Amino acid sequence: MIENLHLLINVSLLAFLVLIVFAAINTNNLFVATMLFGIFSFVTALLFLDLDAVDVAFTEAAVGAGFTTVLMLSALRLTGAFENVKHRHSVLGLLIVVLTGAALIYGTADFPSMGDANAAVHLNLAPEFIQLTQEKIDIPNVVTAVLASFRGYDTFGETVVVFSAGVAVLLLLGMGHVEPKQEPEQNIVLWIVVKPFIALILIFGLYVQFHGDFGAGGGFQAGVIFASGFILYSLVFGESYARKVIPSSILPRFAALGVIIYGVTGLASLLGDKPFLDYNALSSNPVSGQHIGILLVEAGVGLAVFATVLLIFYSFSGVNHNE
Amino acid sequence: MMIISLLSDICLLLGGILTLTGALGLLRLPSFYTRLHAASVTESLAAPLLIIGIILDTGFTLDSAKLILIIVIMVVSNPTITHALCRAAAHGGYTPDMQNKEKSQTQTDTCAKESK
Repeated sequence: MIENLHLLINVSLLAFLVLIVFAAINTNNLFVATMLFGIFSFVTALLFLDLDAVDVAFTEAAVGAGFTTVLMLSALRLTGAFENVKHRHSVLGLLIVVLTGAALIYGTADFPSMGDANAAVHLNLAPEFIQLTQEKIDIPNVVTAVLASFRGYDTFGETVVVFSAGVAVLLLLGMGHVEPKQEPEQNIVLWIVVKPFIALILIFGLYVQFHGDFGAGGGFQAGVIFASGFILYSLVFGESYARKVIPSSILPRFAALGVIIYGVTGLASLLGDKPFLDYNALSSNPVSGQHIGILLVEAGVGLAVFATVLLIFYSFSGVNHNE
Repeated sequence: MMIISLLSDICLLLGGILTLTGALGLLRLPSFYTRLHAASVTESLAAPLLIIGIILDTGFTLDSAKLILIIVIMVVSNPTITHALCRAAAHGGYTPDMQNKEKSQTQTDTCAKESK
């Protein structure tokens, strides 16, 4: 019964994805397409949730549905809402798309079936990770252990990638300058409801940050959630007020500081005669050393992601005012 | 116990019916504002009813405390979102027309064309 229910949910969610994609291709209103992609991300997050990948679902909902939609809307303010319709039907294009699609579908035949315990990914490193997490790190969330400790190098690389994305946007668009308005637009209902919500969002961000060892979440999700609190403030009260709360000039420094915290944690373990990012060196007890290392590294990731996300939002929303 | 499970069933059934009417209204109602009304009924009444039904069914645990928090957030945020949408629509020039049905129909058509 439960199996059938799962199958039903999976099939209907996947069908939704296909329908949303076709609807997004069909419309030439870019606002509608943006909203459809937001819904697409939410449905994807539901699929991840159904597969018990809560951390991934979390990220997809926060980044894909939340932040990306806001960024696209910011971009739409610059481009206008309608697509330039071109009535070109290229036979070659259709052929390439059909061939690529067919090749991809052919490729799925080699995939292991869903939930197959003998699939290659479940045999190689995963059992080791699950066992060693209990022995050496002693935190309930294996995902955090793999992300921050076993695969600390990869995560360091990802943090640097996030940071360099922020730097690239900054170089291309600049931070912009928002003229301070006298009064924000009068909208009492939104103000009253949004104020406690921002507090809730920020507290939830901190919870996700520091509870990442025990439950779903961690630095990446917390950074985006924390930043979305400020983005909400900016959307409701106006950008000039948001820039008074967090000045745009300190954001690149915060982003760099996050990466530095991560790197310095790695260097600290070098000083203890251990390899780079081996947190056993951080304390006399290896397990608590791991705990300290994961906490520091996640703090670095959270700070870098928070600053970068807010920085990209400021850059996009600042462009309009430059003209 | 019997009464609680009966209550839970009633909540779930009522929530289901309201979701269905909301979806039907979203599809069938003539103008933007009436469709918005249908959608907000689903969000602010049907969803909390469904969640209450689930809480009654499973008993009070930490998870149901979280679900109650979700109800509070939904009840506060959904009317606000509907309000913001309505305001944005009014700001964008979609005035609701009470008297002239034909005129409001043509307006809906233009809206529909624009959204396509």
